[in-house]
Amino acid sequence: MPEVLDVLIRIVAIVAVFLVLPLIVGQTEHKVMAHMQARLGPMYAGGFHGWAQLIADGVKFMQKEDVIPTAADRRVFALAPGVALVPYLLVLVVIPIGPGLIGADLDAGLFYVLAVMGIGVLGSIMAGWSSGNKYSVLGGMRSAAQLMSYELPLVLAASSVAMAAGTLSLPGIVEAWQWWWLPWQAIGGVVFFVAGLAELRRPPFDMPIAESELIMGPMTEYTGMRFALFMLAEYVGIVVLSALTAVLFLGGWHGPLLPGPVWMLIKVFALAFVVIWLRVSYPRLREDQLQKLAWMGLVPLALAQLALTGVVRVLLP
Amino acid sequence: MAHIPGVGLAKGLSVTLRHMLSRSVTQQYPEVHPDLPARSRGVIALVEENCTVCMLCARECPDWCIYIDSHKETLPAPEGGRPRARNALDRFAIDFSLCMYCGICIEVCPFDALFWSPEFEYAEHDIRNLLHEKDRLREWVETVPPPPAHDAAADPPKELAAAARPPRPAPAAPRDPAAEEPPPPKERPRSTAGPSAGHAAVRAIKPPGALPKKESSTGRPADDPLSTESRSGSAPDPAPRKSRPQESSEPREPEEEP
Repeated sequence: MPEVLDVLIRIVAIVAVFLVLPLIVGQTEHKVMAHMQARLGPMYAGGFHGWAQLIADGVKFMQKEDVIPTAADRRVFALAPGVALVPYLLVLVVIPIGPGLIGADLDAGLFYVLAVMGIGVLGSIMAGWSSGNKYSVLGGMRSAAQLMSYELPLVLAASSVAMAAGTLSLPGIVEAWQWWWLPWQAIGGVVFFVAGLAELRRPPFDMPIAESELIMGPMTEYTGMRFALFMLAEYVGIVVLSALTAVLFLGGWHGPLLPGPVWMLIKVFALAFVVIWLRVSYPRLREDQLQKLAWMGLVPLALAQLALTGVVRVLLP
Repeated sequence: MAHIPGVGLAKGLSVTLRHMLSRSVTQQYPEVHPDLPARSRGVIALVEENCTVCMLCARECPDWCIYIDSHKETLPAPEGGRPRARNALDRFAIDFSLCMYCGICIEVCPFDALFWSPEFEYAEHDIRNLLHEKDRLREWVETVPPPPAHDAAADPPKELAAAARPPRPAPAAPRDPAAEEPPPPKERPRSTAGPSAGHAAVRAIKPPGALPKKESSTGRPADDPLSTESRSGSAPDPAPRKSRPQESSEPREPEEEP
């Protein structure tokens, strides 16, 4: 009985994190982006500085008609938002936020995370293919191309950390983390973060959904709740990417004075802020620039980081 | 200086960060009213008392959006004179669905009956309700702000310059018996030389020696002493005449016209 209760509590906690953190990040994005553009952002919903804006949006999405185009492949079309969203929920299970505070400690946690995150992109490809819309197909194709090119630097950068720690378990990596890993793994951290952004199709890497030319790409035909699920997937993706970067490169719960989980949350939100900041600051990369950045920028950098990690590991006992 | 890679990227980030930390420029309109400058083209207000139904505004309006109705009224003159006729305004309406806010009617009004008001919240659900009658135009007069202060470097306003001039001395002796009732000495020259009053006032601030002697070039030098003599009366003291050489020339202008 206690085991069942333990599992139940962990599941409830993870679902709560899964539902609350993306909303906070979304609201932060509303406000930060507004102020970076010298605006105020939402000010009315909920009374105090529009704190309930995303709840209001959710209510609106629920009331909308769920339209499925005649030309759509109905089952794939209906399935795609779930395929886009659920992998991030599964990734959240293995991310440690404190010593012992983890949904499930897998020995191959890093491997599992990278594998499952790749599925998220599949949802976007499915949506693009099944919509029966040329813009959606184009967006889906671009998603696929982006996944192909950015998965490689992502995996290389992550494997550099695994090499340094000598384990694939995420809590194990955080346990082994020392402060001097910060400069040592800096290049890998940047490569991982940028490649992760591209995997999420966040601006400036949002060529697949480019609303000005592809009208939201794979999401063109989606309305109501299904569209909301795609948006939720995007923000859960930000949380997951920030948490993974914090765990792998910034030492997770390590930090002076404050308790571990607080440090973890601070790092996650700081990285989420950087995600928003980059979105506001930079224009969208062209498709060829996108590929060039991956193959001529990130992959060589990740390989260099891998070599550096190997050399230091061999020289230092 | 060598180009450091990533400088442009960092600059972009710093721009957005600086904007985030500075105050945003949004004005929360329904709660906070915008600070509109005086003479903002919001709506046209009518001071009914000043209107003489001269119809200039209605005729100059490029899209004919001003409607004026009036009737003639005869007022019995005091002391048994001829009854005077005057125009009484019955209707003054502006159709703001036609108005293009050019402001020509306000420019053209000779009696200061029309004003710009910055009031702009008069939207209606039906376009036909935008035809506003004179009682509504009258309400907007309250919202007309005082005009901004005169620019410090500009010429003084002509009204002030005219008022600051020393009054013309009253004629000591009546020139002819027909003009028995003494005309107000300031009234006559101003009404006749109305358009040139501002011009004369501007000239009045220049030193008298800098003025071109146009009077002598007109070919009627004999008129000059005569007119000054008649206007300023027979006051023989030379001091006021010397101090007002422009003034002596000013009332001469209407005499030149005929």
